[in-house]
Amino acid sequence: MESHGFTSPYTPNTDAERSEMLNAIGAGSVDELFKDIPQQHRNPKLNLPPPLSELELRRDIEALARMNAVPGDYACFLGGGAYRHHVPAVVRQLVSRSEFMTSYTPYQPEVSQGTLQAHFEFQSLICQLTGMEVANAGMYDGATSLAEGCLMAARVTKRNKVMVLDTVSPAYRAVVKTFVEAPQLEEIVVAPAQANPTNEFACVVVQQPNFFGYLEDVEALARRTHSVGALLVVAVDLVSLGMFKPPGEYGADIVVGEGQSLGVAPTFGGPYVGIFACKEQYIRQMPGRIVGRTVDTRGRTGYVLTLQTREQHIRRERATSNICTSVGLIALMATIYMAANGRRGLRHVAELCYHKAHYAASLVSKIPGYSLPAQGTFFREFVIQCPRPPAEINRKLLERRIIGGLDVSDRYPNGMLLCCTEVNSREEIETLAKALAEVGKA
Amino acid sequence: MATPDVTMDGRRKLLMDRSVPGRMGTTLPPLDVPAQPLPSKGLLRDDLPMPEVSESELVRYFSQISQFNFSIDHNFYPLGSCTMKYNPKVNDEMAGMPGMAEIHPNQPPETVQGALKLMHRLQGYLAEATGMAGASLAPMAGAEGELTGLLMARAYHLSRGDAKRKKVLIPDSAHGTNPASAAMAGFQVLALPTDTNGNTDAEALKASVGDDLAAFMITQPSTLGLFDANLLELVHIVREAGGIVYGDGANLNALLGRVKLGDLGFDVVHSNLHKTFTQPHGGGGPGAGAVMVSRRLLPFLPTPLVEQRKGPDGKEQYVLATPPKTIGKMGAFHGNFGALVRAYSYIRTLGDAGVAEVSRDAVINANYILSQLKGHYDLPYDRRCMHEAVFSARNLRHKHGVSALDVAKRLIDYGVHPPTMYFPLIVEEALMIEPTETESKETLDQFIATMKAIAREAAENPKLLHDAPHNTPNTRLDEARAARQPDLRWRKA
Amino acid sequence: MNPPDLRYSKEHEWVRLASDGTVLIGITRFAAESLGDVVFIDIPEAGRQLDQFKKLGEIESVKAVSDLFSPVSGQVVERNQAALDNPQLVNDSPYDKGWLLKASLRNQAELDTLMTAQQYEQYLSSEGSH
Repeated sequence: MESHGFTSPYTPNTDAERSEMLNAIGAGSVDELFKDIPQQHRNPKLNLPPPLSELELRRDIEALARMNAVPGDYACFLGGGAYRHHVPAVVRQLVSRSEFMTSYTPYQPEVSQGTLQAHFEFQSLICQLTGMEVANAGMYDGATSLAEGCLMAARVTKRNKVMVLDTVSPAYRAVVKTFVEAPQLEEIVVAPAQANPTNEFACVVVQQPNFFGYLEDVEALARRTHSVGALLVVAVDLVSLGMFKPPGEYGADIVVGEGQSLGVAPTFGGPYVGIFACKEQYIRQMPGRIVGRTVDTRGRTGYVLTLQTREQHIRRERATSNICTSVGLIALMATIYMAANGRRGLRHVAELCYHKAHYAASLVSKIPGYSLPAQGTFFREFVIQCPRPPAEINRKLLERRIIGGLDVSDRYPNGMLLCCTEVNSREEIETLAKALAEVGKA
Repeated sequence: MATPDVTMDGRRKLLMDRSVPGRMGTTLPPLDVPAQPLPSKGLLRDDLPMPEVSESELVRYFSQISQFNFSIDHNFYPLGSCTMKYNPKVNDEMAGMPGMAEIHPNQPPETVQGALKLMHRLQGYLAEATGMAGASLAPMAGAEGELTGLLMARAYHLSRGDAKRKKVLIPDSAHGTNPASAAMAGFQVLALPTDTNGNTDAEALKASVGDDLAAFMITQPSTLGLFDANLLELVHIVREAGGIVYGDGANLNALLGRVKLGDLGFDVVHSNLHKTFTQPHGGGGPGAGAVMVSRRLLPFLPTPLVEQRKGPDGKEQYVLATPPKTIGKMGAFHGNFGALVRAYSYIRTLGDAGVAEVSRDAVINANYILSQLKGHYDLPYDRRCMHEAVFSARNLRHKHGVSALDVAKRLIDYGVHPPTMYFPLIVEEALMIEPTETESKETLDQFIATMKAIAREAAENPKLLHDAPHNTPNTRLDEARAARQPDLRWRKA
Repeated sequence: MNPPDLRYSKEHEWVRLASDGTVLIGITRFAAESLGDVVFIDIPEAGRQLDQFKKLGEIESVKAVSDLFSPVSGQVVERNQAALDNPQLVNDSPYDKGWLLKASLRNQAELDTLMTAQQYEQYLSSEGSH
């Protein structure tokens, strides 16, 4: 058998071609091309593992994947910012088209009309779903969208305090803190009942439904917020908008959200896409890419990136943000998901979540030792109080091939946040209830 | 006349234009639990104005518009500083494996040991490749990596009670993200000039450093495609002044296996995994922006980090850890895991033997283009380049009234994506060409012939270039109109 | 090409003194051409104070942003709403329909610190030479 050294399938040129090119360049060796690098530091030893063939790589990754408990093999009742929903085949098939997947940022509109039109569809559908006037083409994720929303509110109002309800996701609150501290803004976290902003506040941030799954009284909050000239920033659950009132109807000024639940697999936390929409009057303070419709030299409709003077590549240190992506491919997944489900499907998915979550809650509330500690209307998540620490309960559920809910005992004593979507069958829900009853006993 | 794809006024229909009440694009399961009481009507929406289209229409629509795009799988993209190289297919399959794609970010660590092990290994590979002490995979893009690094610089100075370090120095050839990130991190930005050889002006740096210096951000190789001949001196000046040395790794492709920036005294290096480590660009994301740091910045890394510990049973286990003086969280979860799986797959495929081949062929290819186009296009810095060659079309502009934009748009007619234009800002009529290592000599020869042909066309028939491109779905678009009268969403006719 | 009855600043703004003692302020043809198609103008409302050579606002083209500096000190009397609504006027008619602000003067002597048309043209050619 012919023995050979490693040949990368991704670098086509052969030794013969390389020496021909070096001759053309007038270089005696490859190393000569790198001579600006200080010699004592040039060509260091790299301590990396040896190359793997495709077959070996597949085995390696499969071995790693087997070390994970995979929802699907396990019943899973986790939510808390990322959600399992059925993703129609059409979503993955279409985004796998290399015209979408391997294209660049659409700075050259003549060769990017596919991406640009898809972005325009995304902006349009986000506006339709949220009831807002304008939306950008996408941010990193829901949490950073929220942080950018707070920074934007500070620019619009020229105020430096940000009020965040304590029912907003702790991860989101943490990201807001990271982003607002350096530019000298102050994040103030309050309980919903204490949300009485003054005219020092740039905005009030509410999550709808909140992190624990329950609806907030957003209309009253909108009135209190607007009465002091602050902006209402709503982190909304986009799937809930299949049935619940959209933020555009209750006076939201800025709407952010996590696009993952619209057709994107949980993927251990990313890549996702942040939703960002606002009232049209604030558009020049909006971060991120925006696509606009215009005409070409022959009068035909086409799309371009627009209002680019807001962005870093033009305004540099005075840009509205440093962001240089719109997570286009994930935004495209969300677009196709919204279109595939459409008016009826989005409502149906929301209602399936609602009924299943409420059915699960009714079962759990009847188990001795368990209760529902929170009041109000919830959507697809709710808090249960367990008879023992949730971590313990979850370990025992895992033995029964169930991934239980998120531990929220820092907020509710022995609290667990359970989530149900259309992927949780009745059988799974009933099995969970039975298992909770068993593992709850001391 | 309106057709299935075109509206009455001749525009391609959007989803909402195509909507017909009653159509459906997928199937959904029926309700299999007893219906529960609905909340009060006041909480519900009356109207859900979303499109109704069939699955077959959806597929045809998106397939059709996809063909209006150039893409790496179809076209050569000599797009400077963007490293548009081939995206290996196996990486996509690995990231799409259910054991990777379906796991939930809130799962307890003991149920995601494989994912954490992959991340832990990748942290190690990236730190090793850049010569740094540790790595964070949390940032979701290069620009977020920059912000992460600068927030660490800020936290580092503050932790030493040094609150007066407010200034970040950035060469004038830098990407716009650098100053924008510095501003977001609460710093003042001062631009440093580039000298006539294309190096950062060391004298200007010396004159600008002081006890208010927080950090110096430098892209290596620079956006001129040059490795700074004074780099060790620049690093020395900054470190002596108590500043943090930040390496923007946008162009790391040129350095893999050739030099470790950590060995030169850098404190932070971010890497755009979608450039050097082949995450597909996806029409503008997702990316990922891992950040590698020197020992003194380890305590400030964002949370979470993946750490390896010995479990109670003596077995290795991976945990999500929070560094003691962390700057906090950069996103809701642990970074763009899907991109991390791809970067991991890529590094494992190349391995120790293959990584340096990347930089070798990237740099040979760029120098080959430089050597062949010299004389046909102006070369503002006439020296060997690294991974990209920056030309200027000013000769064509002065002689024939043809701009860099015209040349770029004419390339489209030849099936080549335009190079980066008018950047870096310090080069007049810049054409920044980065072939990457994944292009063959035949492709480069064809590109070189095309560029020479365009230079001839500029002399013989400049109008051909002014009007280019000629064969795309749209000719040049009216961007002024788009900005003056923003039309940003579908509206009912 | 630059009207002789105006005064010019190094930042490429012009000032026209009216008989009632107010001034019109705009940007020069050179500035408008360097910017390209103007798409957005951000300038202060009536009543705001202006200080000579201090930042007054911003003017944007598709791919550039320029700071505007007030060539004189005074108070904004009126903005040119027609130009705000149709920024193309700044390109088409920089010295006439494309004016930006009407202002009252705080110190008329400041006008003498500005360039004449002839001086401005010399300034432009010296600027272009390096």
